[in-house]
Amino acid sequence: MKVVIDADLCQGQGRCFSIAPNVFGFDDLGNGVVLGDGTLTSETLKLAQLAMANCPEHAIFIEDDE
Amino acid sequence: MHKEPVTDFATDWDHTDPQWVNNPYPIWDDLRERCPVAHTERYGGGWFPTTHEMIAEIANDTEHFTSRQVVIVHNKNPELMPPAPIGGAPPITSDPPFHQIARRLILPAFAPGPVRALEDQVRALCAKHLDALTGETRFDAGARFARYISPGVISRMLGFPEADEDQFRDFVHLVLDLIDLPTEERIPLFAPMTDYFDQQIADHVAHPRDDFTSYLLNVEIDGQKLSPEHVRGTMVLTLVAGIDTTWSAIGSAIWHLAQHPEDLARLVNEPDLMPVAVEEFLRFYAPVTMARLVKEDMEFHGHDFKANDWVLLGFPAANRDPAVFKDADQFIIDRAINRHAAFGLGIHRCAGSNLARMELRVAIEEFIARFPRFTLDEDEPVTWAPGQVRGPRAIPLRVL
Ligand code: HEM
Ligand code: SF4
Repeated sequence: MKVVIDADLCQGQGRCFSIAPNVFGFDDLGNGVVLGDGTLTSETLKLAQLAMANCPEHAIFIEDDE
Repeated sequence: MHKEPVTDFATDWDHTDPQWVNNPYPIWDDLRERCPVAHTERYGGGWFPTTHEMIAEIANDTEHFTSRQVVIVHNKNPELMPPAPIGGAPPITSDPPFHQIARRLILPAFAPGPVRALEDQVRALCAKHLDALTGETRFDAGARFARYISPGVISRMLGFPEADEDQFRDFVHLVLDLIDLPTEERIPLFAPMTDYFDQQIADHVAHPRDDFTSYLLNVEIDGQKLSPEHVRGTMVLTLVAGIDTTWSAIGSAIWHLAQHPEDLARLVNEPDLMPVAVEEFLRFYAPVTMARLVKEDMEFHGHDFKANDWVLLGFPAANRDPAVFKDADQFIIDRAINRHAAFGLGIHRCAGSNLARMELRVAIEEFIARFPRFTLDEDEPVTWAPGQVRGPRAIPLRVL
């Protein structure tokens, strides 16, 4: 499982990096970025899902492995 | 200006009507069920959609709706307004493609890192005003606490003298509250504000320093400095957007806690709950409603929107839409899933949201640390700011 942020949708609402600081960070403009390659463990998956459910712009996606 | 009271908000809404100002939520819930897009002939014609879906749709549709004028006034007078795409107060009055340029210039100043650096300052500011309340058992938390926090932060950020804070509140009042004055009376009132900003700009040109004003004066787009109008417009925006909004949010939170001892006790006992609680305060008492103008005649879900009609984007109404929020009309202090739109949606999403959240969190933390038990003083009235930024102004409290 991998998490990604669609940069065209993200408006830097900042919910993701406060809910899941181990999964998300932010760039100079305050927009959300995925830390590392976005691979999720069973623990970080829950937090990433919670962040996804709170992103007002629906900019976070969790992708199944191929 | 005398206004007729509203009898049906579906066909004649007015966001300055006393009923709306005092308690808009039942009105919005009713409109959402009945309309869900309300109309008015007031202010030269306008619309008020009430579902989260429609509000998000319009906020994201910059092709049909312009941000050129985001505060509703009586006389639209397009020729008096600075033209799109820049507008009078970039980036909030700007449309694409210029909007993105103006927004990127200011975002770094409000990113999480710089905001974190301000936290101690905000805490000290709160402590100063709380110290002044030591020993008092009945006071107005609006006049004595909530209203001081954001002007203190913003004036320091812009590099303005602290002593001028009362003037800033007058400027905000002018831009946001005095919207019922006829244009010919309103326009001259702007002169002292414009003069004040010009003086501050001149002072910063002569004595550059490490603040947001000097930053705006020096920053370049494609090798060119910003026009003086752009610098001033962004400074006015920072002042207006940064003061009333957060002041209202802090005030609403205190007003809520004064009436809900169980929520107050939880925050006092479970400090880790604060970030989640802040989001629920923002959802439930979202202070900011912003307008758009319709660019050209169009149809919107069966309604004939005419060019230059107002559209009032009720982000606070979106936050109470039961289609999106479970138990939307309940304040749930530990609501885990909360996709609220208090800071707007789409490209104009509040640039100051990190700062606003931090101020709100720190102000509540400090307030309840000093006053862990308080209630509303029923002998005195609570008053609400009218217009597009709504929050309590007088919050009479009794310390228990
Ligand atoms: C609780 C406090 C606040 C709330 C609820 C709030 C809400 C909003 C909303 C709803 C918008 C979108 C406007 C639109 O769509 O037309 C907005 C934009 C904006 N806000 Fe805030 N705001 C708050 C505090 C602040 C603070 C503290 C600042 C900074 C000093 C700030 C600066 C801005 C700016 C610059 C914009 C324009 C962004 C753009 O057009 O790209 N706001 N705010
Ligand atoms: S919560 Fe959504 S909009 Fe906000 S920073 Fe994260 S991805 Fe971007």
